[in-house]
Amino acid sequence: MSLILTEEQEMLQDAANGFLTENAPVAAFREIRDSKNPDGFSRDLWKEMAAMGWAGIIVNEEYGGSEFGYVGAGVLAEQMGRNLTASPFFSTSVLGATAVQRYGTAKQKEQHLGAICDGSTLFALAVDEGPRHRPEHIEFTATPHGNGYKLSGAKTFVADGHVADKLIIAARTSGEARDPSGITLFLVDADAAAIERTHTPMIDSRNAANITVDDLEVTGDDILGEVDGGYEALEGILSAGRAVLGAEMSGSSQQAFDITTDYLKEREQFGQKIGSFQGLQHRAAHLATEIEMTKSAVLKSLQLLDDDFESASATCSMAKAKSGMTAQLSTQEAIQMHGGIGVTDEYDVGLYFKRVHVAQQMFGDAGFHADRLAKRSGY
Amino acid sequence: MSDLEQFRAETRAWLAENCPEEMRDGDITAENQCWGGRQWEFQSDAQKRWFEAALAKGYTVPTWPKEYGGAGLTADEAKILDEERNRISARKPLSNFGISMLGPALLAFGTHEQKLMHLGAIARGEIRWCQGYSEPGAGSDLASLKTKCEDKGDHWLINGQKIWTSNADISDWIFCLVRTDFDAPKHKGITFILMDMASEGISVKPIILISGHSPFCETFFDDVKVPKAYGDGNLAVVGEVNRGWDVAKNLLVHERGMLGTMSPLRGATGPENLGGYAADAIGFDETGRLDDPSLRQKIAQAEIDDWAYNLTVERMNDEANAGNGLGAKSSMLKYAASELTKKGSQLRMDIGGTEAATIGPDGIEYGSLANTWLYNRAYSILGGTTEVQLNIISKRVLDLPSA
Repeated sequence: MSLILTEEQEMLQDAANGFLTENAPVAAFREIRDSKNPDGFSRDLWKEMAAMGWAGIIVNEEYGGSEFGYVGAGVLAEQMGRNLTASPFFSTSVLGATAVQRYGTAKQKEQHLGAICDGSTLFALAVDEGPRHRPEHIEFTATPHGNGYKLSGAKTFVADGHVADKLIIAARTSGEARDPSGITLFLVDADAAAIERTHTPMIDSRNAANITVDDLEVTGDDILGEVDGGYEALEGILSAGRAVLGAEMSGSSQQAFDITTDYLKEREQFGQKIGSFQGLQHRAAHLATEIEMTKSAVLKSLQLLDDDFESASATCSMAKAKSGMTAQLSTQEAIQMHGGIGVTDEYDVGLYFKRVHVAQQMFGDAGFHADRLAKRSGY
Repeated sequence: MSDLEQFRAETRAWLAENCPEEMRDGDITAENQCWGGRQWEFQSDAQKRWFEAALAKGYTVPTWPKEYGGAGLTADEAKILDEERNRISARKPLSNFGISMLGPALLAFGTHEQKLMHLGAIARGEIRWCQGYSEPGAGSDLASLKTKCEDKGDHWLINGQKIWTSNADISDWIFCLVRTDFDAPKHKGITFILMDMASEGISVKPIILISGHSPFCETFFDDVKVPKAYGDGNLAVVGEVNRGWDVAKNLLVHERGMLGTMSPLRGATGPENLGGYAADAIGFDETGRLDDPSLRQKIAQAEIDDWAYNLTVERMNDEANAGNGLGAKSSMLKYAASELTKKGSQLRMDIGGTEAATIGPDGIEYGSLANTWLYNRAYSILGGTTEVQLNIISKRVLDLPSA
């Protein structure tokens, strides 16, 4: 398969670029932030996105989706990364849709996929239980109870958890806290009385929730995938999330870089355009090279998700590492090369810096994924 | 079955039948690859059989037109041939500067007669070429070269010196940049010329590097007479007199493309990956991780960079085949490949510790870790330094202003 976009994917890219630049530019994101919008995104915009088929981008046509696959999802995420578009796209259309479409029962698919596609149901994935991403480390318990289970425990940083209608919770049905086996995924109503959600605004002005669950009674129908074998499903959902976050960060890297090179071409100091200074030119050229490398890594991981989902985990992990490193460098350099104005709130580059930091932490930073690569390669 | 599927099936069958097992180790090094040329002797019967089979099919230069010794493959077909060759880890049947650098420049700028004579000889592995670009006073600032070329009516008279001429001592012909006009602005008085290394007045002296060995030479021209033409329409000069810079630039893009498609962390000192090498050398701690956490992290980061780099080579090739030429972006590949290559051999030396820093009774052993590590310093210098590549990216890819 060629590592380039197909004509159809390019058309989607153009459409997304056009729509988002017009309807969800950084200014719109600022308005959401400054008005302290409790959702953290515009519900009207999300409806429009759903109407264009974006909410169901990876969902098969039989369930009302647009079946554009993960490359399609990445194409959208990249443009959202360029515009800092806040929406439930990632938590619902990538994580939720992957979970239900790949691991759900026929009944679950019937029940949820259509509602994902039309934008009426929002999903969130509850995995981590501490400040750092450690998906094997699950203490949240699911204890057998009658014909089902009782769920109890706490989850941190559930992206869009504050607005989600449905939660996918990774709980332990057997084994020790650090075992990958013994984990089971549950799909539950987020507004159940036993669930307490604490809204935790993040530095990127997106929203998450800390969640505590106290004796939530669930049945076998609420299980997503295999009992005790949920880690495999979790790994698949996380892989999709990592690749798409990689695409988003790739878009943010490129946009922060474009803003910066424009500035280098305009701004004068010492009687010259600062872009003529070799000290800045060489760093910009290095960054441009890293961004090219990142694009290849991200596209490869998205293609692999479409082509051979089961084998994509390692590749998605490396793409997340590469895109995270590049995005961090790109946004740090954007601020530095702008000088003082780069650290002001009114200037956009700082917003990219903040968002990229959160995206980098989410589902594992570069160090986390380097560790995984080393383990997998036996060293 | 589509034409391309058919081509793939045929190629697979042809490779299975014609590529000897011994040529399927995937580890192509400067030592084991087939270079060709008047002095060439095949290193094995298998290497000879593989070369001859490829030659008969036009596969020493698969994309070149048939009349010039190639197979006239389309970009899609050439990619399939590469994929199928890589699938069985087959070495290239023939690789040299004639194929990777002069050939593309002649295809773009040469006369039909020049192409017939030179491309055919390159395709058949008869002539090995070296490159006469750098001079002692013209390295990164290549256009300030001073080797003098005078018009003497029926011939050119050449005086001057080149340096870093790779393999000049074992090459048959040289493609060379010379100055034909000293009064013109420096880019405007340069001419691209071809000459036989056996010409009277050419002498060569090898250069010894910190690695103890090297392919590099100094090449001296002392009243060398080059005929204006080697036959009807077959001029010594490629392109126009005084317009050699255009040819040179085209060729540099190919050189950077070639240098940029080196596989940075692999092959240099063996096919094993860095992590496996480190695990063997250092061992594990009680949790089963490499017993040196900082090295482990560095190796993994380098492997991720290497992986992304290799994908970028693939992506840029795919884009080129789809009609988006590489152009100045070849500088990105050259830059990334040379820095990663250095990083990889530095990591290998660090893993090897003091052991890797020892030398044999006859000095630094050829092909040893230390030899490779020392030699690899040159990658960010030769073919245009890293700084020159960054300048090119800044100006020609990013369009940043000049001082």
